[in-house]
Amino acid sequence: MHELAVTENILALALEAAQKAGARRITALNLVIGDLSSFVDESVQFYFDLLSQGTIAEGAVLHFRREHAVATCRACGHQFQVSPPLVPICPNCGDYHLEVKGGQGLAVESIEVSDDDEAESRKADP
Amino acid sequence: MMKLKVEKRILSANDEVAAQNRARLDAAGILAINIMASPGAGKTSLILATAGRLLREIPLGVIEGDLASRIDADLVATRGIPVTQINTGGSCHLDAPMVRTALDHLPLENVRLLFIENVGNLVCPAEFELGAHLAVVVASIPEGHDKPYKYPGIFARADAVVLNKADLLHVFDFDVEYFERGLRMVNPSVPLFVLSCRTGQGLDAWVTWLLHHINDRSGSSVPATS
Repeated sequence: MHELAVTENILALALEAAQKAGARRITALNLVIGDLSSFVDESVQFYFDLLSQGTIAEGAVLHFRREHAVATCRACGHQFQVSPPLVPICPNCGDYHLEVKGGQGLAVESIEVSDDDEAESRKADP
Repeated sequence: MMKLKVEKRILSANDEVAAQNRARLDAAGILAINIMASPGAGKTSLILATAGRLLREIPLGVIEGDLASRIDADLVATRGIPVTQINTGGSCHLDAPMVRTALDHLPLENVRLLFIENVGNLVCPAEFELGAHLAVVVASIPEGHDKPYKYPGIFARADAVVLNKADLLHVFDFDVEYFERGLRMVNPSVPLFVLSCRTGQGLDAWVTWLLHHINDRSGSSVPATS
């Protein structure tokens, strides 16, 4: 549900960065999303396509780099990747005492811009 | 094609307003607590039960966040507590600008402890800083013991966790140990208070923890962090 609010912020950050650099078109956005943050990539792209209409980011593709959460077993030290719902047990030794770290990122890493007006060239392309 | 570095938290605009809220609360000498839970876990009940213990010594204030209605705010107001209602109009969480507006409607000079009751939801509120000093997550026995496993993000951010409706433990198959193990996975040292707002059992430890934080703040100007 909060993807809409988050996507508004993603677009604003991208437009601000492009404007500062004097770029004419945003072709892609590189995002980092933590695995514990319950975001649905498709939903963010869907809102982005709606919100970016008529801006220089219209048609831009979102690339999601997932920041994984890693569980460490306090008994045997085994480490493994987790996402919700978390497993309650170490798959290596069966102990119940695990610690999960990471997976909380939520950032715009970079954007890809171009000086061509790609929207125009797309229209011209049959 | 050219790559431009941005490297900004997606919610940095919200974070900035949250920092302003925090500065305003600090200047007024207020400890603010963001209370998050699923609907029906007992957020309002916890505020009212806490008020029952503290109201004589600590002036309280409450910000109520709901999709719609004033039901919770009216309930709090009947106890003589200054309260303001935020209706998010469909938004599933409070954000820092909403809290900024709400602060304008409270007599801050007469408040030392401010409860900000977030919208009932275990997903979205976790991402939005409000400017509060502490985040408290309320879970309850009827919800089941798997919540920390399913919603690790919000439990990872909690400064304290309240497990409410402990008076119902004998009715439900709720394994407190299992719940706590899940909680410790993402938040190893967070205080856990098992209590019942209805019967008052377990409230002493919670109130003691709160008083400790209130006294901590009135003694010094605490630096603004997260």
